[in-house]
Amino acid sequence: MFEILVFATLNGLVTGLLLFMLASGLTLIFSMMGVLNFAHASLYMLGAYFAYSISLYLGFWLGLLIAPLLVGVLGALIERYGLRRVHQHGHVAELVFTFGLAFLIDEAVQFFWGPDTKNYQSPDVLDFPLFTLFGQEFSAYRGFMIGISVLIFIGLYRLLTRSRVGIIIQAAITHPHTVANLGHNVPLIFMAVFGVGSALAGVAGVIAGPVLTTFPGMAAVLGSIVFVIVVIGGLGSLAGALIASLLIGLLQSYAIASNLGVADLLNLLGLEFSRDHPLTDLWTLTLPQIAPILPYLLLILVLIFRPTGLLGNREQ
Amino acid sequence: MKKFLTKSFAWFGYLAVLLLLPQFFDSILAVSLFNQMAIAIVFALSYNMLLGQGGMLSFGHAVYFGLGGFLAVHALLLIEFETVYFSIVYIPLLAGLVGLLAALFIGSFSTRKAGTVFAMISLGIGELLAASSLIFVSFFGGEAGVSGDRTYGPPLFGVEFFQGIEIYYLAAAWVFVATLFMYLFTQTPAGRMANAVRDNPERAEFIGYSARRVRYISFCASGFFAGIAGGLYALNYEFVTEETLNAVTSGRVLLMAYIGGLGYFIGPILGAVILTLMNSLLSNYTDLWMLYLGILFLLTVLFLPKGFAGFIMMHRVAWLQRRIGKLVLPYLATGIPAMLFMATCVLMLELSHLEDESLSVLSIDLSASSPFTWIGLLLIATISMLVTRRTLPALREAWEFANHMTDEPESKS
Repeated sequence: MFEILVFATLNGLVTGLLLFMLASGLTLIFSMMGVLNFAHASLYMLGAYFAYSISLYLGFWLGLLIAPLLVGVLGALIERYGLRRVHQHGHVAELVFTFGLAFLIDEAVQFFWGPDTKNYQSPDVLDFPLFTLFGQEFSAYRGFMIGISVLIFIGLYRLLTRSRVGIIIQAAITHPHTVANLGHNVPLIFMAVFGVGSALAGVAGVIAGPVLTTFPGMAAVLGSIVFVIVVIGGLGSLAGALIASLLIGLLQSYAIASNLGVADLLNLLGLEFSRDHPLTDLWTLTLPQIAPILPYLLLILVLIFRPTGLLGNREQ
Repeated sequence: MKKFLTKSFAWFGYLAVLLLLPQFFDSILAVSLFNQMAIAIVFALSYNMLLGQGGMLSFGHAVYFGLGGFLAVHALLLIEFETVYFSIVYIPLLAGLVGLLAALFIGSFSTRKAGTVFAMISLGIGELLAASSLIFVSFFGGEAGVSGDRTYGPPLFGVEFFQGIEIYYLAAAWVFVATLFMYLFTQTPAGRMANAVRDNPERAEFIGYSARRVRYISFCASGFFAGIAGGLYALNYEFVTEETLNAVTSGRVLLMAYIGGLGYFIGPILGAVILTLMNSLLSNYTDLWMLYLGILFLLTVLFLPKGFAGFIMMHRVAWLQRRIGKLVLPYLATGIPAMLFMATCVLMLELSHLEDESLSVLSIDLSASSPFTWIGLLLIATISMLVTRRTLPALREAWEFANHMTDEPESKS
């Protein structure tokens, strides 16, 4: 039991931190422009595919460097020539635009790379067990994923709170006109933040590609979960995004690892049921089965009872 | 009086088109296409009630469509096993009531806010239901779905609904009634207030309307009509799967309504017809049609924020001033090179997608492996793009001229 718990925690941590890497960019973009970028997960997928193509020629490490840069530049272009244009038509148009972009990127990935799964491998250097616990191995690559995510969180946090650039960005979020009057180029700041947020999604894609398999559906797998996290954590809150990512990662990982179900609960209460009752699906429900829907349940509960999210302070 | 006459004329025209279409195109393929269109029209119109008229962006509208569809199939099964006995004609109404029930429940908490919060709740509920549908196998049938048979019900005037054409007339009747009621809804105080709440909820609250209740009413009505569309879907295919209530279907209806034109009643109808046509005609010729659909959608969002219907309505002023003729030549001068540009781009996409095969266009064989093909195509694309850019200012000038008010301003309608 204990070993299951430990490994569930570790796996939950890996998933949670990976989710955070996506959510951090998304929430940063939201706090600047007030638009939830639907294409964020698609940019994450592009990161994985770019890195795969680069790794074929230049190896994994250069892929880790170049692919996020490419994705970042693409993100900046999307902001400059797409979002800025639809911005005048209001928030709904912006949301719909990013939705269409996600749709288009998914199709474009299938066009360029084909519909099959790509054999994108983690580097050989990290192909050893980091430690062995209760006879189970924890791979070094997963440790590497945790390390990178933590580094990015610390770096981003310091950049936003301790540097001059960060102060200007924070000011541009709350008082864009004042910042513009002080002589800063606010549209450029917006573009840069969008680019950096996209690049973060690209990094997440590069390091998640080998573990979660690189295939055209990988954006859809994580896409809506990342939204859930950003909303649960509180729109625009970086710390909230971290808490929500870890919460969702651990929750899903525990639910999958456990084998409890409604039947156990009924047994505990001393109730019996027959197998051929019409509601039999409800009574044979187990936690691993409902693991995929837990985030959405949490989302709806949070939105009903605390629409600002866990750490959000802005009613929009 | 004159306005009333034109409006009734338009409705009679709509009815006539619905009834006469299969007289002109009576192949099985065409009829099945019309059935898809009929379903899509009701679904897209119900979506427009939310987004176009109520300002609620939903990413989970398939929930009501799918639930209606599943209930309809179960109703067919009940008829088949003689548990109940009624004509299948009423099944869409039943499915609509299920959509209404679901909307009554979900809307009770999701309509508190419009905007991002509403969009996120709708996304969450859509994902929740799509995931649950794979868990509760006895009702949703898991990945295999549920199938029924529509021919067991009591015949209506001797019609047993064996053929697609019989279902078409049933669907056409429902589409007409549903469209009429959805139009009438826009004319009721509830429909008018929905527009007010969309544009400025604060002001609507100040006059004494609860923005939440106004949204709730539109939301429920929209769920009802989406359910009807789902019921028609079940009757047409006799087969409903998890796909009817997942994000793909929700996304498709958003595309339809947006490309057609939000805010115009006729917009979603246009969008439904265009997308269904694209879906079934283009997919025969190319694997890339989804890519083209994505491009079309993005171009619409970027350049035609009010969709195709909005594009048509843009010409109203020019039409009223009888200057529409002045636009024809500039349109042709820009439109032809622009079309050529797009056609070359499509050709290049297709060529790069084919492996070592050649494509024959206008009895010219294009080989994907020969560099001359690519140089030629790139040349045509560049020239046509340059010509398009050169002729744009002239078009803009003509547009300004045609829309320039000289007479009294147009009367508000």
